[in-house]
Amino acid sequence: MLAIAFYILAAVTVVSGALVITARNPVHSVLFLILAFFSAAGLFVLMGAEFLAMLLVVVYVGAVAVLFLFVVMMLDVDFTKLRQGFANYLPIGMVVGILLLIELIMISSAVAQRGAAAGKSPQVYGAEMSNIEAIGRVLYTDYVYVFQAAGLVLLVAMIGAIVLTLQHRTYVKRQDIHTQVTRRRKDAVAIVKVKTGEGIKE
Amino acid sequence: MDLTSALHLALPELILAVSVLGILVYGALRGDKAAGSVAALCGAALIAAAFAAAFNGHGKVFNGSFIADGVANFAKTFIYIASALVVVLARGYFERQNNNRFEFPILVTLSAIGMSMMVSAGDLIALYIGLELNSLAAYVMAAFRRDDAKGSEAGLKYFVLGSLSSGLLLYGISLVYGFAGSMNFDAIAASAQANMQVGLIFGLVFVIAGLAFKVSAAPFHMWTPDVYEGAPTPVVALFAGAPKFAALVLLARVLNDAFAGLHDQWAQVLLAIATLSFLIGGLGGLMQKDFKRLLAYSSIANMGYAMLALAAGTDKGVMALLLFSVLYMVDTLGLFSAQIALSRKGIAVSKIDDLSGLSKVDMKLTIAITVLALSVLGMPPFSGFWGKFFVFGAALEAGYWGFAVAGLVASVIAAFYYLRIIKVMWFDGDKGELDKAPFEAKWIAYAAAAFAFPIAAFALSGLYPLAETAVKSFGLN
Repeated sequence: MLAIAFYILAAVTVVSGALVITARNPVHSVLFLILAFFSAAGLFVLMGAEFLAMLLVVVYVGAVAVLFLFVVMMLDVDFTKLRQGFANYLPIGMVVGILLLIELIMISSAVAQRGAAAGKSPQVYGAEMSNIEAIGRVLYTDYVYVFQAAGLVLLVAMIGAIVLTLQHRTYVKRQDIHTQVTRRRKDAVAIVKVKTGEGIKE
Repeated sequence: MDLTSALHLALPELILAVSVLGILVYGALRGDKAAGSVAALCGAALIAAAFAAAFNGHGKVFNGSFIADGVANFAKTFIYIASALVVVLARGYFERQNNNRFEFPILVTLSAIGMSMMVSAGDLIALYIGLELNSLAAYVMAAFRRDDAKGSEAGLKYFVLGSLSSGLLLYGISLVYGFAGSMNFDAIAASAQANMQVGLIFGLVFVIAGLAFKVSAAPFHMWTPDVYEGAPTPVVALFAGAPKFAALVLLARVLNDAFAGLHDQWAQVLLAIATLSFLIGGLGGLMQKDFKRLLAYSSIANMGYAMLALAAGTDKGVMALLLFSVLYMVDTLGLFSAQIALSRKGIAVSKIDDLSGLSKVDMKLTIAITVLALSVLGMPPFSGFWGKFFVFGAALEAGYWGFAVAGLVASVIAAFYYLRIIKVMWFDGDKGELDKAPFEAKWIAYAAAAFAFPIAAFALSGLYPLAETAVKSFGLN
């Protein structure tokens, strides 16, 4: 049962990954990317890493992919033009891809034989604790200092984005509903006696 | 250690973090009208944090990622004071420029938190987060005049090159973590002792490169002249002093705590960086026409001396680094304040030629700039001389005769361009009346000049033992 689920999810991931780069329509590419993320999240669930799966969906699908979709739809990017050099760059791309593949195989075989990071196996929390609980405990105890500091980094990023982009244009007329509603007749209308032939002075 | 004592040791950071959040809310509610009171509040928070840091205890908390030792407290005190002065300088400067936004002092305070995380970092995560907190705020500050082409260029350049250096640093950190199996400096030291691997040295070199970018030492100095020229002057006054001091202390901590056993390897790297900095800082400055660009090259050369002090790898080297950095920070703060004080018809005096005949127009500022220039140059009896004196002392003790001589030669070359400023100010024909110098910029420049000559000689008798006791508890050994 687990094996069948794995093969289905893995196949969907690989196929949709391939479709991301081959699809003609960029919107389709982004949608395939989202599909790839979802099936990768499914793979994480199969491994028992439900927190990572959730993170993948929330961060990548929720934020990044939607952002991509916005950029693709909002900006007038000519994708056919971008695609023109495809055949020229294919050999270099293939070389890089094959190198990456070889590295991945080497790393995974090394990890399979000797385990990760300097022979130290990861610390295992008790079976009664879920992944999320374990991560939360570490995050809010051992790493509380850097966790809070990382929050400050995000705050700086937010302030920076506002400082550098928000502009108060004084010449733009905005609707002020309060003054509009509270306007009286005497504020707006003045009755002037106009002498014949002289007109109104400003 | 329990949480109470941990929070107690992190009191300076806590004061800053809590007050900056409160001030931010206040500023957001009141808008730019409150820029003045936000600046005052941020300045007060920084001064309070400086006091807290000066009287802080010693200890290692938060799982070893936060170290409060003598060196950290010493560095923090001066970093906070420098940041507070920058807040004061920037307040008047941006008001005159009609760019009066309340976010600026808040960004300075946040970057001060980043700097103090850097000087207290006890593991690689705290190192990186602190550096990023400081850099991110710095990118925004560099681009604060977003309508100005040069200002935006400075911000963008700094951001792109800074991201590159962050990438290098992270690559180094991941290598170190991979080979040592821990982020903690002590654990890395133990692992390096037990099993020396090439990967560790590779990682270390990348970490050094990332930090050398932050202090603008030679092969990683590309951003310095452009950012100095384009960014608002108070921002440059900050960049030139405090973050470099923080990054140097951080580098000292990484090298002496985590990689003490690899001294032979990293000393070579630092000596190469120092020599290149001497060369580029000395020769590059000769052709400059812009005052701030000139100071950028001068700071590249001066970082060479700091690297030389670090390369010694002794307590004396760290002590020389502390004294040199503090004295240099005062000098640059003074020079940039003087530059802020000078303007003609509302346009800042930025070219060296525009300083021509300054002595006939504003005698007091001319004397201040002269004293500060001579001090940065390292002329005795000014304070800059003492900084270099300690650096050379440490270098000679470690047996780096050749490099000390190279440093001296660089000083002599650099003397040419400082003397050119002095000659232009005193002996050339004047270019007309200046605007009335703003009060705060003028007085910070005077005070820095007064510190550089008569006061430093007395202040050193207090600073020296302070630095000595600070270094004794370095890394809590």
